[in-house]
Amino acid sequence: MFGMNRSRSKPARYGLLSLLRGGFNGQRHWTPILNEPETPDRHYDVVIIGGGGHGLATAHYLAANHGITRVCVIERGWIGGGNTGRNTTVIRSNYFFPESAALYDLSLRLYEGLSRALEYNIMFSQRGMWMLAHDRHGMEMLHRSASAMLLNGVDAELHDGAGVRGRIPGLNPAPRFPIVGGLLQPRGGTARHDAVAWAYARAASRAGVHVLQNTEVTGLAQAGGRVVGVKTSRGDLSCDRVVAAVAGHSSVLANMAGLRLPIQSFALQAFVSEPVKPCLDTVLLSPATGIYLSQSDKGEIVLGAGLDLFISYAQRGSLPMMEQAAAGAIELFPQFSRLRFLRQWAGICDVVHDSSPILDESELAGLHFNCGWGTGGFKAIPAGGWLTAHHVATGEAHAIARPFGFSRFPTGAMIDEAAASGIAH
Amino acid sequence: MLEINCPWCGPRPEAEFRCGGEIPIIRPTPDCTDREWAAYLHERTNPKGMHRERWLHVLGCGMWIAAIRSTINHHITRTGPLAAPHDEASS
Ligand SMILES: Cc1cc2nc3c(=O)[nH]c(=O)nc-3n(C[C@H](O)[C@H](O)[C@H](O)COP(=O)(O)OP(=O)(O)OC[C@H]3O[C@@H](n4cnc5c(N)ncnc54)[C@H](O)[C@@H]3O)c2cc1C
Ligand SMILES: [Zn+2]
Repeated sequence: MFGMNRSRSKPARYGLLSLLRGGFNGQRHWTPILNEPETPDRHYDVVIIGGGGHGLATAHYLAANHGITRVCVIERGWIGGGNTGRNTTVIRSNYFFPESAALYDLSLRLYEGLSRALEYNIMFSQRGMWMLAHDRHGMEMLHRSASAMLLNGVDAELHDGAGVRGRIPGLNPAPRFPIVGGLLQPRGGTARHDAVAWAYARAASRAGVHVLQNTEVTGLAQAGGRVVGVKTSRGDLSCDRVVAAVAGHSSVLANMAGLRLPIQSFALQAFVSEPVKPCLDTVLLSPATGIYLSQSDKGEIVLGAGLDLFISYAQRGSLPMMEQAAAGAIELFPQFSRLRFLRQWAGICDVVHDSSPILDESELAGLHFNCGWGTGGFKAIPAGGWLTAHHVATGEAHAIARPFGFSRFPTGAMIDEAAASGIAH
Repeated sequence: MLEINCPWCGPRPEAEFRCGGEIPIIRPTPDCTDREWAAYLHERTNPKGMHRERWLHVLGCGMWIAAIRSTINHHITRTGPLAAPHDEASS
């Protein structure tokens, strides 16, 4: 059969055959893929606030894994218009603690099968992901990370400086910060961010989930100590459960329930250069020079900078960070100094002190949070959706999600990836 | 780039400062519950709107200062010397 479908009985909707058939009538047989009702239902089993990757994946897995389809995803702007459509698309699971490795590797494994499972090419390219060390101490940290990864059952390869240069042509031959070695996760890589959002939205839509765009949630309705509905810019809806998957706006949402979260919202920015011929076939992260970069399929060099460490909802990045990122890129690849930035943008990241997410039901019964992904939640979209759907459907946190609950703050059982792996992204 | 008016040095570029986050944050007494301690350590208002925060003029006079800044457009309406947390809470 053509296309990506697995079942023999059903021809692929997006296969070569349907394209050929459509050729006879000018390709007019395509129908809208989003299930966007003119007027939403009055009641849903589950309302999901936020049409980013995590909200849409939650909707899909509620339907696909648990048969719950009376679900509405409510998005203030357009689906994937938040951090999901603004990120640098690095996917990896090179974390330090076993809890994180279990979470992010579940996600990586789901990503490996996602194009097939959703019949949508998300362009997941496992081109490998490198962390560079620029001094002896950096190298010791990489040793420690590599050992942790291997103990956690995650693929890892440690290379010395010559090994790195052998694999990544074009690196600065005489850098100010010498390249002492690198840690490679071969299964890491990149995917098309918009495609991830659209693929989940389409799969959820097919299962009957409603997606409302240009609709803002402005309040929560409570009764008897539970959340019982949401107020939106298009009227009120009642529901049994609510999932908040609103990234940088998590505190704003929590405030509607009278809750405070252990989250601060910071802007993270990224840039792409004008497109050039293929010259970088892997993903590179250099914590010491404050930069990570890759090359997109279109040929643009994709650069990510560090966080602006003051609270912001402005979706724009500061100039000092931009300068630092450019300097870091040129330090690694002096030949990139002639490239012009084509676009620059920022997203608002929901940062927790331990750089680990929050996946849990809140103190307001029925209100779940899937948040705290900070600068690194694109790679976690399949797992975040899978685990949140599990909790909402069964009433119990999945074993992999349990360490990431609200209880870790009063108990002190933090999963401090910020300190352990020393990387923000 | 932000321009922050240090009460001691005058208007200086953002790159000379480091943000110390929300003020006031008041440490609870040692007999507080774990929940209260966790709230003190980790929970923040994180508002979309006006924010009272402190900045350290790290590459300048080295003083902590107080600022009121919009988190929507970054506009700083007021800066001044940093008061003690309890005074800050009652002001
Ligand atoms: C520049 C940058 C680079 C990054 N690089 C990487 C990377 O390389 N790898 C990686 O894994 N992660 C990366 N991240 C992080 C990643 O993008 C996020 O963690 C992830 O996309 C979060 O997905 P989400 O679905 O939770 O949030 P979002 O995609 O932001 O979706 C939340 C949605 O909620 C909507 N919303 C908010 N409030 C309301 C409301 N009141 N009513 C209705 N809708 C509302 C918003 O409009 C938004 O669309 C990066 C982030 C940025 C900004
Ligand atoms: Zn000063």
